[in-house]
Amino acid sequence: MVLVLAIGDLHIPHRAPDLPAKFKSMLVPGKIQHILCTGNLCIKEVHDYLKSLSPDLHITRGEYDEDVRYPENKTLSIGQFKLGLCHGHQIVPWGDLDSLAMLQRQLDIDILVTGHTHQFKAYKHEGGVIINPGSATGAYSSITYDVNPSFVLMDIDGLRVVVYVYELIDGEVKVDKIDFKKTATTQSAH
Amino acid sequence: MLPHGDDEEKWLAEGIAGIQHNAFYMHRALDSNDLKDALRYSVQMLSELRTSLLSPHKYYELYMRAFDELRKMEMFFREETARGTISVIELYELVQHAGNILPRLYLLCTVGSVYIKSKEAPAKDVLKDLVEMCRGIQHPVRGLFLRSYLCQISRDKLPDIGSEYEGDADTVSHAIEFVIQNFTEMNKLWVRMQHQGPTREKDKREKERSQLRDLVGKNLHVLSQIEGVDLDIYKETVLPRVLEQVVNCKDELAQHYLMDCIIQVFPDEYHLQTLETLLGAFPQLQPTVDIKTVLSQLMDRLSIYAASSIEVLPEFLQVEAFSKLSNAIGKVIEAQVDMPVVGAITLYVSLLTFTLRVHPDRLDYVDQVLGACVKKLSGRAKLEDSRATKQIVALLSAPLEKYNDIVTALKLPNYPRVMDHLDNGTNKVMAVVIIQSIMKNTTCISTADKVEALFELIKGLIRDVDETQDDEIDEEDFKEEQNSVARLIHMLHNDDPEEMLKIICTVRKHIILGGPKRLPFTVPPLVFSALKLVRHLQGQDGDVIGEEISATPKKIFQILHQTIEALLSVPSPELALRLYLQCAEAANDCDLEPVAYEFFTQAFILYEEEVADSKAQVTAIHLIIGTLQRMNVFGVENRDTLTHKATGYSAKLLKKPDQCRAVYACSHLFWVDEQDGIKDGERVLLCLKRALRIANAAQQMANVTRGSSGPVVLFIEILNKYLYFFEKGNPQVTSSVLQGLIELIKTEMQTDGSSDPSADAFFASTLRYIQFQKQKGGAMGEKYDPIKI
Repeated sequence: MVLVLAIGDLHIPHRAPDLPAKFKSMLVPGKIQHILCTGNLCIKEVHDYLKSLSPDLHITRGEYDEDVRYPENKTLSIGQFKLGLCHGHQIVPWGDLDSLAMLQRQLDIDILVTGHTHQFKAYKHEGGVIINPGSATGAYSSITYDVNPSFVLMDIDGLRVVVYVYELIDGEVKVDKIDFKKTATTQSAH
Repeated sequence: MLPHGDDEEKWLAEGIAGIQHNAFYMHRALDSNDLKDALRYSVQMLSELRTSLLSPHKYYELYMRAFDELRKMEMFFREETARGTISVIELYELVQHAGNILPRLYLLCTVGSVYIKSKEAPAKDVLKDLVEMCRGIQHPVRGLFLRSYLCQISRDKLPDIGSEYEGDADTVSHAIEFVIQNFTEMNKLWVRMQHQGPTREKDKREKERSQLRDLVGKNLHVLSQIEGVDLDIYKETVLPRVLEQVVNCKDELAQHYLMDCIIQVFPDEYHLQTLETLLGAFPQLQPTVDIKTVLSQLMDRLSIYAASSIEVLPEFLQVEAFSKLSNAIGKVIEAQVDMPVVGAITLYVSLLTFTLRVHPDRLDYVDQVLGACVKKLSGRAKLEDSRATKQIVALLSAPLEKYNDIVTALKLPNYPRVMDHLDNGTNKVMAVVIIQSIMKNTTCISTADKVEALFELIKGLIRDVDETQDDEIDEEDFKEEQNSVARLIHMLHNDDPEEMLKIICTVRKHIILGGPKRLPFTVPPLVFSALKLVRHLQGQDGDVIGEEISATPKKIFQILHQTIEALLSVPSPELALRLYLQCAEAANDCDLEPVAYEFFTQAFILYEEEVADSKAQVTAIHLIIGTLQRMNVFGVENRDTLTHKATGYSAKLLKKPDQCRAVYACSHLFWVDEQDGIKDGERVLLCLKRALRIANAAQQMANVTRGSSGPVVLFIEILNKYLYFFEKGNPQVTSSVLQGLIELIKTEMQTDGSSDPSADAFFASTLRYIQFQKQKGGAMGEKYDPIKI
């Protein structure tokens, strides 16, 4: 069991003052093995905070990030899965799943974690799975109205990944889960 | 004249030896019931205490040895008198024949103890006799220890009510009288020590006096233990008598210690009820006494007392504790002209702590304390003493912590005045404390007036307050400061749009004075705050009738325009560009075509003139394309102008691959996959073909310059875009076009010298996708059927 936190678009302090308290109390150091951050933190303090949660932190650049040295996209392997990370403002039309699927094919990955729209998505297609953890602070977005704070925790176990999405709705944390399985014989997930 | 350390050890040893030697013989005499001999040896033993050679510390050791022996003697006396060998009165007479006065008095006290226990005479008479006889010893150290012995043996034999030694109706006053007399005499001896010996040894004497202070203080303990001393008696007799002695002795050391002792030893409710008397003593003390520590002690004790139970609180109101303390402090500060500022502030901190604990609802009291501080600080230059500034920060933090709500602190008119007296550095520290308090309590500041007051308080962070701005501000610290201001802006909110707009304008008014260093931090949060308001108003489209509303999206966009413009002075063109695009999108959602167009214009101007870095250009153009793609408010003309510009700039990016990607991104500008969206198939194809041409050119360039293949991957990306529009039903994208492109790529990849594994993988997954679509069946399967891979 490997826990991977997918989180992003916090936009601290441009659009939000801080992570919701309920999320903060849930995100405890030492429990999460990897963090995939889609970007738009935006400041070093947030980077340091995420670093404190897990030493294996991967960040891609959002268009408002203070640190411009984060890469445009990143790929890594966790267990049997190949994962990719990209903020998403680079892919036009924004939030378009077919265009994102193209990036997924290009990076040759099973799971693409992407952001920018501030809306949670877990979409399975021929080439794999696209996951958007939304905005962890519920930050303003020109694309999505009524953003609820959300983040995603993936539990990777062999050829199976369980995606838990945590959403803060009217002050309560609601959890949902989605299962994805990868077939071992083919190159990519079906 | 007190001797040298080494000699002292020797003398002490000799004294102890002397005591042990005589004690031995004394015990032998006691064992053989030889009273006379026992007394003789005891006198010799006690004579060791006549020494002047020892410092108090060493004398104490000697004294303790003698004390032990005297206890044994007392037991013997008790047995003898009980047996009837000798009457206690006879014994009392007998011991007075001892030659030297000191041994005589020790023995007398010892017998006196037995005498009282025997009850053959009233306790008060014996005690009176003893306390007066002790006058015979006027040497300070010897006298103090003798009287201490008296205190020790008498404390369980006082004629207290309820004790077995209780006398007539005045019994308690006799007990009190005895203790107070002993106390008074001891204090006199103690004070006399100060004036003995040469002035150069003053420090040494004070140190030695300190060692003896508990001997004197013990009497006050005893007083507090007397059952018969109730509040009335304490008020009428005990306190006035004790204070009289404290004041009259005019000795700094004694006064400080004894005032402290009184406060520690007697119950807090007594202090509350005698507050006036107690406080009245302070101005009468020597000017060098550190009154503030004592006063602080008193206030701290009373604060804790107040916190102990709610029933206690009315008492505080009844005795007007606050005004009494406040006045007393005022008088002390007035009287002690040389008191340093830190001393006065410390007093006010204690008073404030007291006030917050006892009268938290009385904001007027809290403000009064702050006002007194302001008075003390005014007329001086800004504080430089770091201890004093630390105290002021403590003073200002106390209400924040107590009320957990900056809004309450904002109601205190003197609060900002105190802050004004801080130096710039500390003022900023305090401002950060205030912001942290707001963040921690997630306080929402909801009116423009409160925001105005708040920003006045924290103005040290918002702008350069005076000309001489510290250039040595640490960059990290500055960033942290400004980021906390940024976070603060999100805590300023009101659901009423009119009020919210006022808040936004107030904030804007302040941050605009921040200068180029601060604007990049403070402008974005304000912009997004305003955009949230616009969105809020969108939902309330023209529902409000009649009244003059100033909170309209149009008005807010004007403000946004001016605010973002300020970023150009920093200069922060990239940030401004992003914010303009955000506004354009928001204007689009409000159906304000000219406003949206204007924002796009500004964004393009910045792109043209200010974004020079090629990497930044790539990001910027994609942001422009992405935003433009989502616009549905533009009419044909405006849309054409903007898309033309976007595609133009895309083709002019520095690197060919970047050009290629930006151009095929532009293809989406002509196809919006919505019901009323634009679906211009021809122009889409134009873009894609242009992208192909660029990709070709890139190939050729690579062949020529590096002799290697170029970015094959570009062709695969373009293929994927063709597939996208093919699926969406663009009639210009036919299966034969696709077939042609697939063959082209295959050829390119075969003629390649070196192969690019990622390109291979990409092509493979693309082909897999096509295969998958073919196998889907239905309309999609049919569409893909002609394509062979």
